[in-house]
Amino acid sequence: MSVRIRFDGEEIAGRDGQTIAGVLLGAGRRSWRLAGGAERGVFCGIGVCQDCVVTVNGIENVRACQRTALEGDVVEREAR
Amino acid sequence: MTRRVAILGAGPAGLAAAEAALSAGADVVVLDEGERIGGQYWRHHEQLTDRRMQHQHARFARLGRVAEAATVHREASVWRVDTAHGIRVHALVGPADGSDREALTIDADALVIATGAHDRALPVPGWTLPGVITAGAAQALAKRDGAIVGERTVVAGSGPFLLPVADSIALAGGSVAEVVEAAGVAAIARGWGRAPWQLAGVAGKAGELAQYAGGLLRRRTPFRFGQAVTRIHGQGHVEAVTVQHVDAQWRPVAGTERTVTCDSVALGHGFTPRLEAAIQAGCDLSPERFVVVDDRQATSVASVFAAGEVTGIGGADTALAEGAVAGFAAAGGSLDDRRISGAVRARKRMHAFATRLATHAIGPGWTGWLDEDTIICRCESVTRARLSEYAAASSRAMRLATRAGLGACQGRTCGRTVETLIAADVDFDRRPVLSSIRIGELARLHHAEHKEQE
Amino acid sequence: MRTVVIGAGAVGAACALALTEAGAEVIVLDRAGVAAETSSRCEGNILVSDKGPGPEADLAILANRTWRELAKRLDDEPAPGRPATEFEAKGGVVVAFGAGAGALEEFAATQRAIGIRAVPVSAAELRELEPHLSDAVDAGVHYPDDAQVQPSLATQAMLAHALRLGAEFRIAEVIGARHAHGRITGVDTSDGVVEADAVVNCAGPWAGAVAELLGGRLDIRPRRGVILVTTPMRQRVFHKVYDADYVGAVGSADAALQTSTVVESTPAGTVLIGSSRERVGFSAEDMLPPLAEIAAKATRLFPFLADTMLLRSYFGFRPYTPDHLPAIGEDGDVAGLFHAAGHEGAGIGLAPTTGELIAHAVLGSPAPLDPTPFLPTRAGLRSAA
Repeated sequence: MSVRIRFDGEEIAGRDGQTIAGVLLGAGRRSWRLAGGAERGVFCGIGVCQDCVVTVNGIENVRACQRTALEGDVVEREAR
Repeated sequence: MTRRVAILGAGPAGLAAAEAALSAGADVVVLDEGERIGGQYWRHHEQLTDRRMQHQHARFARLGRVAEAATVHREASVWRVDTAHGIRVHALVGPADGSDREALTIDADALVIATGAHDRALPVPGWTLPGVITAGAAQALAKRDGAIVGERTVVAGSGPFLLPVADSIALAGGSVAEVVEAAGVAAIARGWGRAPWQLAGVAGKAGELAQYAGGLLRRRTPFRFGQAVTRIHGQGHVEAVTVQHVDAQWRPVAGTERTVTCDSVALGHGFTPRLEAAIQAGCDLSPERFVVVDDRQATSVASVFAAGEVTGIGGADTALAEGAVAGFAAAGGSLDDRRISGAVRARKRMHAFATRLATHAIGPGWTGWLDEDTIICRCESVTRARLSEYAAASSRAMRLATRAGLGACQGRTCGRTVETLIAADVDFDRRPVLSSIRIGELARLHHAEHKEQE
Repeated sequence: MRTVVIGAGAVGAACALALTEAGAEVIVLDRAGVAAETSSRCEGNILVSDKGPGPEADLAILANRTWRELAKRLDDEPAPGRPATEFEAKGGVVVAFGAGAGALEEFAATQRAIGIRAVPVSAAELRELEPHLSDAVDAGVHYPDDAQVQPSLATQAMLAHALRLGAEFRIAEVIGARHAHGRITGVDTSDGVVEADAVVNCAGPWAGAVAELLGGRLDIRPRRGVILVTTPMRQRVFHKVYDADYVGAVGSADAALQTSTVVESTPAGTVLIGSSRERVGFSAEDMLPPLAEIAAKATRLFPFLADTMLLRSYFGFRPYTPDHLPAIGEDGDVAGLFHAAGHEGAGIGLAPTTGELIAHAVLGSPAPLDPTPFLPTRAGLRSAA
């Protein structure tokens, strides 16, 4: 079973049930957000630190480590 | 009339509370933000979790059965707890950080707060580089997602939790370059007895820890005592770390630096209790900042109980025992009742284990490894130098001027560290909004209320 | 002239600065710290848009000019540990739905008559000023002179400047007063006696209690206000944007919950959403109704806000006077006791000119405008609270 999401315009496959962070890490991505000009990715992994937030299907501020990836999810980077 | 007991958190403490409250005849409602029950300890996924990471699975399976008798709200983000006019819990149910979740309001006769703890990671120069995660993140990603952050990880910090973290990374397919424990051999011998990680009377815990230690030995993973990762190197991602001896106060010892090549770091310097729900409920805290409870796990607020890491860091077994007592008492049961005597005894035993964790308490000398430009508040990229500028200001003025702790995580990550660095309490744990809620979701509450009145 | 200023909020800091600059020896006392209460629990408004003709509008027009000079003066001398005021003359846009448009334009006309720049804007022009505004908004008025500071930082900056000029700051709570021959001669504090030739009460919503403690009389009550803060985002709100009914809520004497929408961005990237006004004493209870109502009204103004995340909320107590005018000047019973309080939600904006009026009252330096309407001895303020 696999799940496919779009990230940065690219299709990425993960395992069914993985979080968005799990899918991105599985595809070798380690960072997906800019903070003060520097790359950030997952840090606390349990929904506390907000470092891993992404835009999912147009909705901002979704914690990648908490949201289970669904087939067809469009995931975009955030920057501030 | 049946008492209704609401329980915040479905980790070991919350599930044990639910089981005990049900046995005492209560109507039980459990709320947890996860998609599955189990909390951080049993953060399992049917397909994705390696069986070897499922510790105490039989216990979990038994507790899991409470889900059938209790009302369990999964994916429920509790964002507000009111106790002024009876107990009322406000939650949103739906996918994490969704924009259209269902509003849920629970009125209860008693509340058990079992919100647990999260890792505390001390800042280290370079700790914002991708590839640096908390020890809990390494554990969670391995368990929940079968994922690893790098090929070669240095696990560093303090406390016995580093062992299962290293174990999980290896089981998920990563390799652990070293485990670096800041407490020295002498301190650990003093704290734990001659055989580290073993404790008379806590057979389960000792066995579990011995199993992890065995895994390290088998994989020939070096375990360093009295050392710390004092710098993380890399351009855009982790390439190496500096490991250095620290003294008993955790002051780095000059001249002992060595470089370890790695592509990831897992940092864990103990745990921070998740107190915001207890604070909003009005519960008194101890000077060490845990929820104050009595023998019945009752807090200072009538009909509000607390169990697990929010009352003191003690691990899953302590949480299970405290949870059972809390749940039973919340349901109106008496501690003299034979059905709860086992948990009362277990709680006493486990508190002995918890006391030993003090061996791994953060030493004040760690600030010696910070640079002036080390980021302290990750959300707002606030450096140590910037905090120092406001050393003389009131904590509130400091916070507003530097924005430390005002960012997206609301001081959950940096709060304790900022307080250490400015040597003042800032009260970061007092948060008006307990978890994420979108403005539109809040607006719908108004519309719903308005409709009711019409 | 040795002067004690009680309260280190925006009004206290501004009075301390004005008195120090006019030559007084100033000691500022606060029980909690700089900007510990109302001045760090508000939006930092420097408004002319919500003022109809009258003494408060005269004060606001002057204060608006004074703030521009003051912020420049404070921000031009950066120093470690002294924040910038974040003064931003972003302008305000007041909008109306449907039938409200007529009333808004009538109100704006009365403001233009006293010199406030209030420019009517068409629906199309509104979209240019605020592209994310709801399509349902029909009309608006642009107030180019509305401005904002970060209130805690601005207060810190004003006080830091006063301290540099020789004022003194102590954390101590005032617990009583010393009198001789009908004059106040000092205050008792948690940290001992502080002798003074004059005492200025800038205790905000607690000013009534402080007045009583010092033998004076002042009817000032707390009015609770709640503000929502979103997570940081890219900028989508460019002015202070109000619903026209804000003007009505400010001027209301009703104790019940009233909300009206005020939406604006901050330099940190967050969006502040206000605001409510409730007279519930110093209570922290029952916060949910105002939070939900503010959210509902804000999404009506800016639909995109529905999907943004609430980061935190905060509330503060504004000093409310029954006649909606601040009390600035000498107490009617106790010579040497002065009050500068009761600005309700306008304390930040009116602070510098209030400071000048206090310097006039205490030291006789030139008054920026006729002080008479603001005197604490006026009828309506001296009845028991």
